[in-house]
Amino acid sequence: MLKKGLFKRPGNTLEKTQGDNVLPVPNVPETLFTTCKGCKAAVLTNELAQNLYVCPRCGYHGVIGARVRLMRLADDGSFEEWDAEISSADPLLFPGYADKAAEARVLSGEKEAVVGGMMRIQGCPCAAFAMDSRFMMGSMGGAAGEKITRLFEKAAQMDLTVIAFTLSGGARMQEGILSLMQMAKTSGAVKYHSDAGNLYVSVLCNPTAGGVTASFAMESDIALAEPGALICFAGPRVIEQTLRQKLPKGFQSAEFLMDKGFIDAVVPRAQQKDYLGILLKLHAKEHKNASV
Amino acid sequence: MQAFDRVLAARAKDRPGCADFIANIFDDFVELRGDRRYGDDKAILAGIARLEGMPVTVVATQKGTCTGERVAANFGCAHPEGYRKALRQFLLAEKFARPVVTLIDTAGAYCGLGAEERGQAQAIAECLTTLMTLRTPVIAILTGEGGSGGALALAVADRVWMMENAVYSVISPEGCASILWKDASKTEDAARSLKLTAEDLLGFHVVDSIVPEGAGFDKAYADIRSRLKDTLGALKALDVKDLLSARYKRYRTMGGFLG
Repeated sequence: MLKKGLFKRPGNTLEKTQGDNVLPVPNVPETLFTTCKGCKAAVLTNELAQNLYVCPRCGYHGVIGARVRLMRLADDGSFEEWDAEISSADPLLFPGYADKAAEARVLSGEKEAVVGGMMRIQGCPCAAFAMDSRFMMGSMGGAAGEKITRLFEKAAQMDLTVIAFTLSGGARMQEGILSLMQMAKTSGAVKYHSDAGNLYVSVLCNPTAGGVTASFAMESDIALAEPGALICFAGPRVIEQTLRQKLPKGFQSAEFLMDKGFIDAVVPRAQQKDYLGILLKLHAKEHKNASV
Repeated sequence: MQAFDRVLAARAKDRPGCADFIANIFDDFVELRGDRRYGDDKAILAGIARLEGMPVTVVATQKGTCTGERVAANFGCAHPEGYRKALRQFLLAEKFARPVVTLIDTAGAYCGLGAEERGQAQAIAECLTTLMTLRTPVIAILTGEGGSGGALALAVADRVWMMENAVYSVISPEGCASILWKDASKTEDAARSLKLTAEDLLGFHVVDSIVPEGAGFDKAYADIRSRLKDTLGALKALDVKDLLSARYKRYRTMGGFLG
């Protein structure tokens, strides 16, 4: 039998120090270790970053910034950002929105929840964008909608495949009905790009919800997802509150959606570059026009 | 009237439902059921009717008028099969070059296990892309509640009209107050902040015109009937390419951003 308190951390007298005596800095920098949300283990932050923020112990796919994600996906030095200057407005003058957006800009280091542009993956050119959960949970307002729309339009004109890493709580409610309209706007652009004969691959990341799932995330030719990602229209909390019942384990996970026929494959982050590279090569334009 | 009063008016039990609009605006309505994939969602009422002699496809949400009907119609909240039922009618309309009129009064797409598992998001998304390039005129009328993606799925159109006391919003004021401010007592503030009234939406060019209710619904039905006849006539006269490019632009210009 385990002895009670065996795994208890021995008391640290320094932590208990009160008042003016508080030591200014803890001995271990806070950033040296990161607690994995999946297995709760302390993982070396450096190791985690090298592993694309996937826990080396349990494989949990953690938060990765949009820009880092794209840079790590692109062939060295091939990423060229598009429409970097676009940021959100406050069309409804919604209470507290301006402050929240300013905070998000600091937190994420981005001007908006979407970063996109052109890149090469294993030598194949494509357009790609990623959403950033640190920017108001990746919610889609007018600026995000505009960036995504422009990217599809430009990709259509350049005959480029679009790869989208979706990650969003849904429409940004601080922009009211105008955020809802971004679903229609982006859907129009997806269709325009598609009707021109171009490939669109979405990679649904944790979480993809609401108006983003119900628009461009689910409008791709090929839909991939990251392991364990929550993918839904209505979030689990909303459903549990509405139905007053607990959801089964794994409901609305990437694996669940694949089983139900809405996702082509669950692809771990480390394999995505190879996977997308193969898809790009299979859809290379010379094949399309090859003589029979 | 305050924004939240409009919300209450839009939700009022005695407010005419979409079925009343259909009965009073169109003739010879023939109901067509089912999505041919899973089932027949009673939250969506669809079919073909005549408008001053012209065949049109009508797709509406349905809340039901008595308890039995309301339960059968799931209180107007459609499942994926409802959106796929609508989708089927949109494609039939395109095949026979019939204009589409949609009538919308829903709190939103249903949130539930079955809805999620059968692809609520995918069904709505497919409605959006399909309507965006449907090669026939589409007019959407918000008659009561316009609840988020579940309403938008039927409201991508060449013209969007709104009843004077209808509301249209990305989220319910209750949902907004509880998510943003964790405070249900702020529902009225949320209703005001969300700018969800017909006047607000006209200002944002999300709706093109407002149908007055002051003189009663019989007057409103007659008003809608004559507007539909004129507008559908004008839209039908357009080259399909021009129609679609105008529809694309209608949504392309929506939303604010800096830079």
